[in-house]
Amino acid sequence: MDMNYTAKDYKSDQYVRWCPGCGDHAVVNTLQKAMAEVGVAPYDTVVISGIGCSSRLPYYMNTYGFHTIHGRGLAIATGVKVANPKLTVWSITGDGDCLAIGGNHFIHAVRRNVNLNILLLNNKIYGLTKGQYSPTSDKGAITKSSPYGTVEEPFIPAELALGARGNFFARALDVDLTTSKDVMIAAAKHKGASVVEILQNCVIFNDGIHKYVSDKEFRADRSIILEQGKPMIFGANRDKGLVLDGLNLKVVKIGENGITEKDLLVHDATTKDNGLHFKLAMMGSGELPVAFGVIRCVDAPVYDEEVENQIKDVQTKKSERSLQDFLLKGDTWEIK
Amino acid sequence: MSEKTKIIDAEKVVIRFSGDSGDGMQLAGTIFSNLSAVFGNEISTFPDYPAEIRAPQGTLGGVSGFQVHLGKNIYTPGDKCDVLVAMNPAALKTNSKYVKSNTVILFDEDSFTETDLKKADYKTLNPFEELGLKNVQLVGVPMETMVKSSLADMGMDNKAMLRSKNMFALGLICWLFNRPLEHAMDMLKNKFGKKPSVLEANIKVLTDGYNYGNNIHAGVSTYRIEKDDAQKGVYMDINGNKATAYGLIAASEKSGRPLFLGSYPITPATDILHELAKRKELGVKTVQAEDEIAGVCTAIGASFAGNLAATSTSGPGLALKSEAIGLAVMAEIPLVVIDVQRGGPSTGLPTKTEQTDLLQALYGRNGECPAVVVAASTPTDCFDMSFNACKIALEHMTPVILLTDAFIGNGSSAWRIPDISSYPEIKSPWVSEEIKDGWRPYKRNPENNVRYKAIPGMEGFMHRLGGLEKDYNTSAISTNPENHQIMTDTRQAKIDAIANDIPLLNVLGNPDSDTLVIGWGGTYGHIYSAVESLNNQNKAVAYVHFNYINPLPKNTQEILNKYPKIIVCELNNGQFASYLRSKVEGRMIHQFNRVQGQPFQVKDIEEAITKIMED
Repeated sequence: MDMNYTAKDYKSDQYVRWCPGCGDHAVVNTLQKAMAEVGVAPYDTVVISGIGCSSRLPYYMNTYGFHTIHGRGLAIATGVKVANPKLTVWSITGDGDCLAIGGNHFIHAVRRNVNLNILLLNNKIYGLTKGQYSPTSDKGAITKSSPYGTVEEPFIPAELALGARGNFFARALDVDLTTSKDVMIAAAKHKGASVVEILQNCVIFNDGIHKYVSDKEFRADRSIILEQGKPMIFGANRDKGLVLDGLNLKVVKIGENGITEKDLLVHDATTKDNGLHFKLAMMGSGELPVAFGVIRCVDAPVYDEEVENQIKDVQTKKSERSLQDFLLKGDTWEIK
Repeated sequence: MSEKTKIIDAEKVVIRFSGDSGDGMQLAGTIFSNLSAVFGNEISTFPDYPAEIRAPQGTLGGVSGFQVHLGKNIYTPGDKCDVLVAMNPAALKTNSKYVKSNTVILFDEDSFTETDLKKADYKTLNPFEELGLKNVQLVGVPMETMVKSSLADMGMDNKAMLRSKNMFALGLICWLFNRPLEHAMDMLKNKFGKKPSVLEANIKVLTDGYNYGNNIHAGVSTYRIEKDDAQKGVYMDINGNKATAYGLIAASEKSGRPLFLGSYPITPATDILHELAKRKELGVKTVQAEDEIAGVCTAIGASFAGNLAATSTSGPGLALKSEAIGLAVMAEIPLVVIDVQRGGPSTGLPTKTEQTDLLQALYGRNGECPAVVVAASTPTDCFDMSFNACKIALEHMTPVILLTDAFIGNGSSAWRIPDISSYPEIKSPWVSEEIKDGWRPYKRNPENNVRYKAIPGMEGFMHRLGGLEKDYNTSAISTNPENHQIMTDTRQAKIDAIANDIPLLNVLGNPDSDTLVIGWGGTYGHIYSAVESLNNQNKAVAYVHFNYINPLPKNTQEILNKYPKIIVCELNNGQFASYLRSKVEGRMIHQFNRVQGQPFQVKDIEEAITKIMED
């Protein structure tokens, strides 16, 4: 296999039709770079999507691609991967596609641990249908279909993914190209269902929805990038950290009350117990920063491989390899 | 009883086993039909079971039946029965409509107490009179008592002992039909081999049942059934759902494409999933998906990745899959959708049979969305039609919907195991190095409009498919009005061209008649029997049976033109008749329809045809 691919090798000749300024542009460019770094050949790569703005993405990739129907991308991706586990399968989805109409397929793909790389582009709005609230829209969001504000609680994708017994969850901000690329590569390398939530801006219908963390002025103080084996430090001055206070996370200042780096929590995405991962993923209110990077990454049996292993296992016990043999070995009688 | 038992020679006979759904009637019936087949009879069977797994014991809702027709020239499980086994009053009541003059009713006397009668809503203490069953031969046997004394020394509790009651009934039936017990014992060994005590009990009761019949010489006639001069070969008993599953496996072998089934459990189609889930030694992959939509969508994904992909369902599931089938039409990828039809609409009659999904299969999608629709005629024909559905799907890059139904799906008959090597090869329209330059995914073979196939993993043929309309030349997304017209017409022309690859209609019955009877799908046996009977009565009728519905065989119009009177018989309110009216010009088409969740009765078809012929 030729391992020396560049981002260009994954770029199709199609004109990119997203709105100027849309966060999706950064995602597709980053994805092409991440793919080149991972080095799986474009012809062994499949990109599957459902319906929505983000789901146009496969057309812009010079890989095998399938732009399917609303919400069903993950079911179709599951079929691709089970049919041929050698392929690297990416699934591109949005908050409506993945968590409303496709919610059932999402939780089951995660539960089964199908080896898919799921990029969930979360802009908390329906863009393609021109601005209705989505299952991740904040309560009270005023949109075209909620002119007086929504009266329903949103999903938090991480909570849903971990609740569905997910083994990989990462988060990145569309404008943070480095973290985006890092988590995409980590997702590709992880065996199993890798869920990557990208907080993505819709310039037309929900501009600034992630401003709380994306705004450069506050970003460093309101977000933390988790790195495996490193203490949880954040802040513009890199002087804030996370510790456990009883069962809860707490922000502390290094140098105050005798706190040193050694007192901080060290990130371990690989612990089977998801308790701390859950708490980290749910941060983002009060003093607690929004967590980015790979929050959880645990090895577990992979569905598409298990399907093949079971076939191999049965084949060691049963000798028939053709329908004819099988039929003739059954409960039969002969008329001579 | 002093009267010596008469032996009746019969060409064919119908036996109906009935009891509570926990009484083991399906097992008794299956064993009896299998051993009859081994004995050289043709068989056709039909299980008639309730939707409830265990309705309250002894009530009408819990009655489970199994009918077998055996002898010579058997095309259906039969209308009314020569022998009815009724394990309780509820079974008697539910099945009294299948009783005719002189039917032998074999019943468990111990289960006809006042309490039992009340549970089955009888108003009097004489069930036979109350049901108007006259001129029948009643054989009451105290089965419960007999079974208990038969097993008295085996240290079993009451409940466990009574589980073998079905074997007592089976033993009696074997005596009645002069069947040696050896093969039944073999089958019991296969089933209970791992539970020696259960096996022993069943064999003991079976033997005692047989001896009981022999000893008391119940004053009824016993039967000797004509053997069929069957074709030489190795046979097995098979139902339509298993045959469908095997047809898929055969097509996988003939195409070299691994088989994938994405499915969600639904009555009466689930046995296809069960069978394929078992066939891992043959490399079959099955995914029990989270819902019907995921069932078809995983199949679509597997097809995109190059597998032979199928999904199995029934009417409600087909409705849920319709959007995804539209995607497969648009993306022009092979897909086999099996609909084992049941009574509808909505949840309807889940365990009963109907042909009411035809128009859904033909038209139940958004947009101009042509897919191939084919149907199987009999349990064994499910194998061939399943194979053919795969062949068309793979070779013409299209979804194919195969319609079977609860009757042929669950019904069984003896099947001569075919020589799989005699089936045709299946060839996908692969891309080639010669067309690599400037290749686009919707580039087509001009002869049949089939696009060329490339699958992930093939270098140099990366492409993107999708549900959005594509440009005829460039395969890029297009909203151009003229292009949409061209693509719509092309998708239709691709399906129409399949008519060149399917067999012509074959006229059965008496071709030189004024009346043409038409059927499709799982009604073949009943209509064929009616047509045969009418011709024997010198009422000349011709018969054509459709297995290919979209597209229709090329000689459809020509054949319909030959007959002044045309009657379509189907288990719906006239769906195929109205489809034919839209496809065939200038013909008046009569209808005979039933929507009762049950197969036709041959007599009803005869009467309906006769009436229309005389009108």
